[in-house]
Amino acid sequence: MTRSVPLSPVIQRLVALLPAGRVLTGQAHVAAYECDGLTAFQAKPLAVVVPETQEEVIAVVRFCAAEKLPFVARGSGTSLSGGSLPVATGIVITLNRLNRILTLDIHQRFAVVEPGVVNLAVTTAAQPYGLHYAPDPSSQSVCTIGGNVAFNAGGAHCLKYGMTSNHVLGLKAVLATGEVVEFGSASREQIGPDWTGLFVGNEGLFGIALEITLQLLPRAEVFHTVLAGYGTLEQAGDAVTAVVASGLLPGAIEIMDALALEAATAAVHADYPPGCEAVLIVELEGPREVVAADRERLDAILAASNPIEVRPARDAKERLAIWKGRKSAFSAVGRLSPDFIVQDGVVPRRRLGEALRKINAWSREMGVRCANVFHAGDGNLHPLILYDGREEGALQRAEELAGRILKMCVEMGGSITGEHGVGVEKREYLPVMFNAVEVDVLHRLHEAFDPFRIANPGKMFPVAAAPALSHSGLHPLEKAGVISRE
Amino acid sequence: MTTEAFPTLYPTTPDELAEAVRSAPRVLAVGAGTKPRLSQVGSDVVRIATTKLSGIIEYEPSEFTFTALAGTTVREIAATLAKRGQYLPFDPMLLQAGATIGGTVAAGMSGPGRWRFGGLRDFILGVRFVDGTGRLVRMGGKVVKNAAGFDIPKFFVGGLGRFGAMAEITFKVFPKPAASITFQVATKDPAAKARVIQAVANTRWELDAVEAPVSEAVVFLRLGGPAASLEALSNEIMTQFPGHVIPEENAVEVWRRVGEFAWSQPLPTLGKVALTPARVVEFTGWVQSQAGARGWIGAAGNVGFIARRDGDFAASPWPGIVLRGEGPLWLGPRSDPAISRAVKAALDPDQRFPTLDA
Repeated sequence: MTRSVPLSPVIQRLVALLPAGRVLTGQAHVAAYECDGLTAFQAKPLAVVVPETQEEVIAVVRFCAAEKLPFVARGSGTSLSGGSLPVATGIVITLNRLNRILTLDIHQRFAVVEPGVVNLAVTTAAQPYGLHYAPDPSSQSVCTIGGNVAFNAGGAHCLKYGMTSNHVLGLKAVLATGEVVEFGSASREQIGPDWTGLFVGNEGLFGIALEITLQLLPRAEVFHTVLAGYGTLEQAGDAVTAVVASGLLPGAIEIMDALALEAATAAVHADYPPGCEAVLIVELEGPREVVAADRERLDAILAASNPIEVRPARDAKERLAIWKGRKSAFSAVGRLSPDFIVQDGVVPRRRLGEALRKINAWSREMGVRCANVFHAGDGNLHPLILYDGREEGALQRAEELAGRILKMCVEMGGSITGEHGVGVEKREYLPVMFNAVEVDVLHRLHEAFDPFRIANPGKMFPVAAAPALSHSGLHPLEKAGVISRE
Repeated sequence: MTTEAFPTLYPTTPDELAEAVRSAPRVLAVGAGTKPRLSQVGSDVVRIATTKLSGIIEYEPSEFTFTALAGTTVREIAATLAKRGQYLPFDPMLLQAGATIGGTVAAGMSGPGRWRFGGLRDFILGVRFVDGTGRLVRMGGKVVKNAAGFDIPKFFVGGLGRFGAMAEITFKVFPKPAASITFQVATKDPAAKARVIQAVANTRWELDAVEAPVSEAVVFLRLGGPAASLEALSNEIMTQFPGHVIPEENAVEVWRRVGEFAWSQPLPTLGKVALTPARVVEFTGWVQSQAGARGWIGAAGNVGFIARRDGDFAASPWPGIVLRGEGPLWLGPRSDPAISRAVKAALDPDQRFPTLDA
């Protein structure tokens, strides 16, 4: 222990409340929780609590409510919007030890899990029975279901399968007031207002989910994954329009631009057709007879879209290689630049080309490099804005470009966030998307759940005083290639 | 029927809706009245009919989205989408009866097709509504993916209009499968029926719908997809489960029976409970224990409907709601957490809309 500062009285009371070893206050321990996937923001909490049971979580939240002590719940800390950024006047409650799958009902196709269960662990558990958990954020090998629920995580398959909220049937939670509630059930039917739906995506402002009931889906029998290379980004965008207009409903439609391709090639030796300025990935899935029929139509559409080359994955290995290149793209961009900001604004799909032209023009004009990888099927952009934090004014320029992109998304009728949540990163833009009356309604709802404003303060809503910015490059896990920003 | 002490208001625009909400201390928006029990409230409540607040105001087939005023009929929406080869995959119920999209959301009425891609809650993207203080607000978004702000649109699904009066609603839509086939699988007893329901739900076929009447030895299945794929799949289904393909003209009648609750006629009272597939046999017993009652098992055992002569329901082990006829509004266990009252106070501080208790 390196700590020499005496514990504050409130932390002493917290320590007394819990079994030994649950409250970490040493500098070395606390430092590990200073930031999440949004590394530009950092804050040191008073303490980190590591509960091992639901009862301990409830006791800690009730303690916080009684003491008006701010708390930030945290899973694996992969939030890209600063969703689990600590507050200096409060504690972090880390939920990784609540990591049990409590029920796996293969006949009724649902699982009940604790919040610290890793996203991919649900599919891993369900896979032997031909089932899977559909939401697949790029960080799925480390991010937790609790974090997915708090921020309504997405992934590459949202157009067809929806986001986290579409797969959460029910949950038990401790609210910021200390009240323990149960919403929904294992049934796909909800009676009365959809409290479960309201809770998912609350960005940690309502409380902490303790048990989450997830629907499981049968794994598709076959996949048909195609990679098509184009001479221009616009051609790739036109191909998306053609696929969507055809009446096909692919499981995923993704585009990577030249800079993203360069990064993926360097990082995981992904192999793309030479001369491509953009790559389109389309994946069909379903019963083999259905995919066989849809595939003929897809092949015809792609053949007519002026591709440089079309490469269908011939087997599972080739399919995985295509996805590896795609999912690694963002951490790979880290090789091109010491720092970057990644956003997730949404534009109407038909305006994707226009949005990308604007982003590229601004990027050139401002001298800020920007790579693009995006979920083209649902208009979800992922501009990756590169900067070097050691360079005077670079972060500010990157943030200015980011701000322009967010405003553009709203002006085009889209959203400031498709799947990362508002968090700390985009909170100043909430009033761009919602007017004053609407922000007031969100505030009132927030206050109903958290009258003392102790649950994950500083997220979603704009605040006068923003935490100090720093620039620290890649997240440690990102450097290790474990997580990526999508 | 409750006697209405006040004339019904008929706003034609969102602003007029807001004005109507502000015009009286107690109001409730109602649609076409196809689930009348849900709006059976005190005589001091002024009704705001949305029937003239009607029309599709935006439809972008290439975006898979549309926005409609709350009083637009589901029938009009379905017809408009069909012209572009699209649909609401959850088969909104009571389409022929004239249900409005607002009433469908408020009542949380997802039909058989919900089994494949999810229900209403999975396709609603945004809502513009009047809160209890008479302010028009827009929540959610108009694009297929959005994670900004709290998900109030979902909360309005099943909210019975008790938290706000909906003016406009935005939905995601999907391309409609080129073809579909309806099957009838024979089952010898309730236990066998429950087994069939669970078995077909866990196959590679990706069925659109799995539905069954309580008192007939049959399960109905629907499969959608490209025409070229359906024959082979259909042959496989029929080798594994005894039954037959229902010719298209008769299939329409099967799905009308489900979607319009034709099976419940002429029984006046209709309730719905949230079921789980493992309790289908128990649900069957519960329905059959009630003299003259009929029942329906929907969404592969995830929803149960019961029709009765009167509102004298046997105690329900499942949470449920009465949609039509007499009886209590709620069935079965119901929790009343403090947060429910706090959220009501946040969105409707003066209780301008009725509470969930009435």
